[in-house]
Amino acid sequence: MISTGSISGGGSTTEVGDVIGTAEYHIDRGTLVRYAGASGDFNTIHYRDDAAQAVGLPGVLAHGMLTMGLAVQPVVEWLGGDSGRILDYQVRFTRPVPVDAQDGATVTVTAKVGALDDAGARIDLTVTFNDETVLGKAQARVRLE
Amino acid sequence: MNPELQGRIFAPVAPYLVGREKVREFARAVFSTSAINTDPDAARAAGYADVVAPPTFPVVVQEATLAQLLAEPDGGIDFTRVVHGDQRFTYSRPVVAGDELTATLAVTSIKSLGGHAMVTAESTMVDAAGDHVVTSISTLVVRGDA
Repeated sequence: MISTGSISGGGSTTEVGDVIGTAEYHIDRGTLVRYAGASGDFNTIHYRDDAAQAVGLPGVLAHGMLTMGLAVQPVVEWLGGDSGRILDYQVRFTRPVPVDAQDGATVTVTAKVGALDDAGARIDLTVTFNDETVLGKAQARVRLE
Repeated sequence: MNPELQGRIFAPVAPYLVGREKVREFARAVFSTSAINTDPDAARAAGYADVVAPPTFPVVVQEATLAQLLAEPDGGIDFTRVVHGDQRFTYSRPVVAGDELTATLAVTSIKSLGGHAMVTAESTMVDAAGDHVVTSISTLVVRGDA
């Protein structure tokens, strides 16, 4: 059951529509290499321009799962660092994030309270690169205490 | 893609032992600033047995199950045409270092849309006691002929 009331979470009162966090993440090719090693996703389109161009892409792209992984961090910070209170997290990959060899890419995240109920909150994420959203239906269900 | 894949359940993959350093490495890679993701003492103080894996960590465990799907002899999935469409993680409890997770893949849906095929696969992960920890749900889009 979703209500439009307020709830006490994280030491303060939370209401639907509140922006609970914003962040900018700068990604460069080194970031992608680090994520490849950490995740085990060694698809060459994430570190070789020639491989990306061979399949019709403009160049190296960020791993979608890297974007998903960093986009939830403002929510974790709002929860006082307790990532264990994230019960469900989903995204749709709607647009790729090209990572220029020189300039990298900057991804911007805005996290807003989408719904509240007795069990917790739904946090809606807006994730953009170059002022265009790159994730759709990006939502985290969190437990509030 | 073979439509008969829908409903297929694969054999569980070999158990994955969640290592503390792997969790730390993953946490750094996704820009985590949470102490409980990297500091065992902070994690214990927060009530966890060891460092807590970031929310998207189960993708590491899921990798082996999706490899099964792409390698299925009658699957007809061309790996070079696969794009990640959607991803979801649904938790019963957080993943912590020391967990031994066993993942089982099921193909829950196959759809065609405008010349593309979409396959939804769920990797259900249980701990050493057999209790559910997290389900990782991926929708892969297999692009049709251009």
